[in-house]
Amino acid sequence: MRLRDGALTLTLLDYLRLTERATGTKEGCAEGDCGACTVVLRRSVGGGFVYQPVNACILLAGQADGADVITVEDLADGATLHPVQQAMVEQHGSQCGFCTPGFIMALFALYHAQRDAPLDRAAVNDWIAGNLCRCTGYRPIVDAALASCGGVATDRFATQEAEAARALAAIDGEDDVFAGSDERFFAAPASIPALAALYAKHPDAVLVGGATDVGLWITKQFHELAKIIWLGRVRGLDAIDDVADAITFGATASHEAAIPHLAAIDPDLGELMRRFAGKQIRSVGTIGGNIANGSPIGDTPPALIALGATLALQKGDVVRRIPLEDFFLAYGKQDRTASEFVRAVQVPKLKVDERFRCYKISKRFDQDISAVMGAFKVTLAGARIAAARIAFGGMAATPKRALAAEAALAGADLGDAGSWQAALAALADDFSPITDQRASADYRRDVVRALLRKALMETAGAATHRTRVVGIRETADAAAS
Amino acid sequence: MPPPPDLAEIDAPTRTVRAPTMHDSAVRHVCGTAVYVDDIREPEGMLHAAVGGATVAHGRIKRLGLDAVRAAPGVVLVLTAADIPGRNDCSPVMGDDPIFAGGVVEFRGQVLFAVVAETRDAARRAVRLAEIEIDAEPPLVTVDQALAAESRILPDYTFRKGDSAAALAAAPNRHAGTLRIGGQEHFYLEGQVALAVPGEDEMLVHSSTQHPSELQHTIARMLKLPQAAVTVEVRRMGGAFGGKETQAGQWAAIAALAARLTGRPCKLRLDRDDDMIMTGKRHDFRADYQIAFDNDGRIQGYDVCLASRCGYSADLSGSINDRAMFHADNAYYLPAATILSKRMKTHTVSNTAFRGFGGPQGMLAIERAIDAIAWTLGRDPLDVRKRNLYGNGRDMTPYGMRVTDNILPEMIDALERSSDYRARRRTVAAFNADSPLLKRGLALTPVKFGISFTNTFLNQAGALVHVYQDGTVHLNHSGTEMGQGLFIKVAQVVAEEFGIDLDRVQITATTTGKVPNTSATAASSGSDLNGMAAQAAARAIKARLTDFAAAEFDVPAEQISFRDNQVFAGNTAIPFPDLVHKAYRGQVSLSSTGFYRTPRIHWDAKTATGRPFFYFAYGAACSEVTVDITTGEMKVERIDILHDVGRSLNPAIDIGQIEGGFVQGMGWLTAEELVFDAEGRLLTHAPSTYKVPCASDVPADLRIALFDGPNREETIYRSKAVGEPPLMLAISVFAAIADALHSLSPGKSVPLNAPATPESILHSVKELARA
Ligand SMILES: Cc1cc2nc3c(=O)[nH]c(=O)nc-3n(C[C@H](O)[C@H](O)[C@H](O)COP(=O)(O)OP(=O)(O)OC[C@H]3O[C@@H](n4cnc5c(N)ncnc54)[C@H](O)[C@@H]3O)c2cc1C
Ligand code: FES
Ligand code: FES
Repeated sequence: MRLRDGALTLTLLDYLRLTERATGTKEGCAEGDCGACTVVLRRSVGGGFVYQPVNACILLAGQADGADVITVEDLADGATLHPVQQAMVEQHGSQCGFCTPGFIMALFALYHAQRDAPLDRAAVNDWIAGNLCRCTGYRPIVDAALASCGGVATDRFATQEAEAARALAAIDGEDDVFAGSDERFFAAPASIPALAALYAKHPDAVLVGGATDVGLWITKQFHELAKIIWLGRVRGLDAIDDVADAITFGATASHEAAIPHLAAIDPDLGELMRRFAGKQIRSVGTIGGNIANGSPIGDTPPALIALGATLALQKGDVVRRIPLEDFFLAYGKQDRTASEFVRAVQVPKLKVDERFRCYKISKRFDQDISAVMGAFKVTLAGARIAAARIAFGGMAATPKRALAAEAALAGADLGDAGSWQAALAALADDFSPITDQRASADYRRDVVRALLRKALMETAGAATHRTRVVGIRETADAAAS
Repeated sequence: MPPPPDLAEIDAPTRTVRAPTMHDSAVRHVCGTAVYVDDIREPEGMLHAAVGGATVAHGRIKRLGLDAVRAAPGVVLVLTAADIPGRNDCSPVMGDDPIFAGGVVEFRGQVLFAVVAETRDAARRAVRLAEIEIDAEPPLVTVDQALAAESRILPDYTFRKGDSAAALAAAPNRHAGTLRIGGQEHFYLEGQVALAVPGEDEMLVHSSTQHPSELQHTIARMLKLPQAAVTVEVRRMGGAFGGKETQAGQWAAIAALAARLTGRPCKLRLDRDDDMIMTGKRHDFRADYQIAFDNDGRIQGYDVCLASRCGYSADLSGSINDRAMFHADNAYYLPAATILSKRMKTHTVSNTAFRGFGGPQGMLAIERAIDAIAWTLGRDPLDVRKRNLYGNGRDMTPYGMRVTDNILPEMIDALERSSDYRARRRTVAAFNADSPLLKRGLALTPVKFGISFTNTFLNQAGALVHVYQDGTVHLNHSGTEMGQGLFIKVAQVVAEEFGIDLDRVQITATTTGKVPNTSATAASSGSDLNGMAAQAAARAIKARLTDFAAAEFDVPAEQISFRDNQVFAGNTAIPFPDLVHKAYRGQVSLSSTGFYRTPRIHWDAKTATGRPFFYFAYGAACSEVTVDITTGEMKVERIDILHDVGRSLNPAIDIGQIEGGFVQGMGWLTAEELVFDAEGRLLTHAPSTYKVPCASDVPADLRIALFDGPNREETIYRSKAVGEPPLMLAISVFAAIADALHSLSPGKSVPLNAPATPESILHSVKELARA
């Protein structure tokens, strides 16, 4: 596939359905939320292959650079159905069938996923959280996944990987990619210096990580994006450097790639990322994009702020570092100058005397945007709270620390709930939230108090199966041990 | 009483019918080769339409500036009300749904114009260039505002049985309450879409619709064409749930208008957000009730006012609110009742059919009233429910129909045992006693749902069956396929009739050209009606073949039988295709229509009495939940369902309907929240803000069983309708949440409104603490 002028912002879905006239892949929403458009990008990574389920509706066609695009039409081998297709038929996993191609492709990716833990219902639910079905109630789809996935892949895609590797190698290069003109282009620089240089030349270009936010500007807001710099080819920008006391996530590290590292800091971070969008979004969405987007309801900023993360920004070849919370200036305004890009975020790990909790409050547990997201890091001195870092999303125009509550908590006794009161009350001074379609201001105010109290109760020793309905830490601990 | 069922007929072995056959399109679904309207290979020269809507909820159009729109690249034509040659209306009944609004605007997003362009993208971009000036007037957005303004779309309607006021006055116990019930977006995965292809003086329209005949009539009226010149076809829908019964019409009409005026094919597919803003939803209700009961919890009188948000036009609100009234008793005998329905007009999108069709809202109110009885008396709500079920001598509904087929006592007993209700009730209480933050709740609730269109004349269906010379069968009928498995069920009936394999029956797209004057595929009636009609058509051909074979082989007609792809005539067996071929050469007609009308139903709207339903479908569900009373988060832990589908035509399909309906109902009552702002703007117009259930919302512990008893009425193979009733099983989830909250202050009524979002739950917790 070649990008032509004028088609620079073409989505992969429109390319498939309108250009190729391959109509097996469906459009249910054109905003990444229903999964009907799921296709799989197969990429060779370090000698092996990854099968990424992605939402074709908000993926720029150019982002498929260097990948095999596998769609629902590709799976059956003549009259022989692929094992996931066969299982879906046998389990009565389709009714109207409109969501089905998307589920098939999500399950196809699952079929090829490398897993350390055996596949169970909860794991399948997670995997398909980005796919909506309005007809079946999901049970038969999950059964189909359990019947066909979780073993060793033996399909034609597995047996023909060598050929696929050769084919992909042939189109893979180390070069910068540039399609279009100086006025309208889709560019994919291959190195950090090339990115810095290109962005310096075109400070008005739009940087694209996973396009899980940018994609909607195109499909829903009809923005004319004349100059696009896609970061997915930039070597090294996605590096994750996990050392003794900190982890540095390169800006284009995907959410999926980040999960195990974050989960190792604390199971609540793993749970937060499990509930971050769905597999398709997490496969391409980036940590840098989540931060750079500057949304007050982005999930990683409050958590990373509570942990004391540092943001690295680069312009030309100059890198500056700021506390993450200082990046967010006002609604829609960040501390980022022209031609400056997010390079990385450094997240300190917890010290022995530090405890962490975070909670995401939303109408639906999976693949929903937070009404409120709260993160708490408490430094203990015996039974006393020496210090606390508390940050919330959804409470202000930016992700924001609860400075008054933090101050009031210093010196409180973990064993004496009475000594938390000042901090709980102080939250009222920290925030004046708004009412919107996700929650009212009143609810938000109530919830932040409840979350702080919950965090303290849990830190004081309450078992989480008595304090929360999802993300039970004892389960995560048992799985880890 | 229905005639005693003929057990020999009911238990006769079947080969195709009653088998858990897969959906006819299952393989196409998984391969991506099932063709939906947007997938049809686009005809050469096809244009695309996109629509532009009102920017305020209520007002008068001052200026519709479309010059920039017309001048935009790729634009071929811009359409407004002035371009319609015939009637500017796409309403089902009342003539009050303009295809393009002219002078007055009555909801935000109401369609004012359409752009027809060379590409979809060009059409949608051009729409945004319109300059719309509207003299805004204050909108009525909520039911409460409409009640205060006495703004009605249709007159009030009342069912009365006995003297409920006297019963309320005399009773030892009374409870009064208000319940607010949210609406629901259909969120069919395939949005609204139509493709119109102009002919010589005809028009062919492919549409994703549950009601091809209505579209045909709308388009003919609009284009001033004879109905005979318009054909509407639908092979399948990507989900509908009632949302494509009337709501598909406008888009098909606009596509047809564009096709007519340009002479080129035209497609209109709504963007998801436009779809959510511009099409009707389930009605929100406010229910104000009073219930009188004795010290044993037996209801003595029930008074309820069901006021609904109908939106700006009548649409199907009359029948929908009627059905809410018909289900205001749910499964319970009401010695005295006054059921008042108010159909309120608001400046919001016109609400419409949605699985259950008003029934769920009527039911939810009385289920809350029953809970309130239990809370007041300190009883287990299940005991109160059981005490009030219809029974011997207690069988008259508030609308003058006797309940003669009630199997709920038996079903509830069975479910109570299989779900281990009593032991779990104790476990829940023990858990709550020492759990300050989390509370468990448990509830077992019944469903009784009346089957038939309450507009009696609609209970009719037609079919067309051809047998070809190779013995294959072409099947067509008036029902549409939206995923519910209607096509496979009807094909099973026809294959059974001819004694041939299912793959010999060719399922074909629904079209007004083959079966005319059809009713919508709705009211769960699809297989009841079309199964019978197709059986009649097949039987007509089979009778001719039987006569032919009797003559040909010289055996009495009684000795002719059709099975295993053969026809047996006495001792001779002949392959079905061979007999067909012989019959053809013998000049026998191998094609027939079939027709069915539901017997024995009638309804007198004036006296509000009659027998509106052929029979009732029953079900019961037991749900357990955990609620976090500090955040309002809620998790469903376990669900047990026992549901009545009569003798199932296809258990696999029926289980699918039960599970899917339940989960959809659960969404309606929990996470799915329609939020309008004070200006009437729908804020939740995308799946990012409107949350239908996803996989993890369904508990791993999900136990579903069919209650296997034949329909006592003579329905197709003694099966029962299954589309809508299971949705209401989800009331058990809502009741379980209320049960969990009730543990906070026993004896007090839980002021939980639907949907029980975390915020709604937390609000109830705070109210309970305050009270
Ligand atoms: C269905 C769905 C569900 C979602 N769920 C969640 C959720 O649960 N929680 C949540 O927080 N978010 C959610 N999101 C939002 C989104 O996925 C995240 O914000 C994601 O992290 C964005 O990353 P991206 O790489 O796709 O960003 P892009 O869309 O590529 O970019 C977003 C913005 O950041 C800028 N940008 C990207 N990279 C850089 C860089 N290196 N330097 C400077 N600027 C940069 C872009 O120019 C753009 O302004 C969801 C989105 C969708 C569609
Ligand atoms: S179409 Fe809904 S996620 Fe892409
Ligand atoms: S089968 Fe209809 S949406 Fe899934």
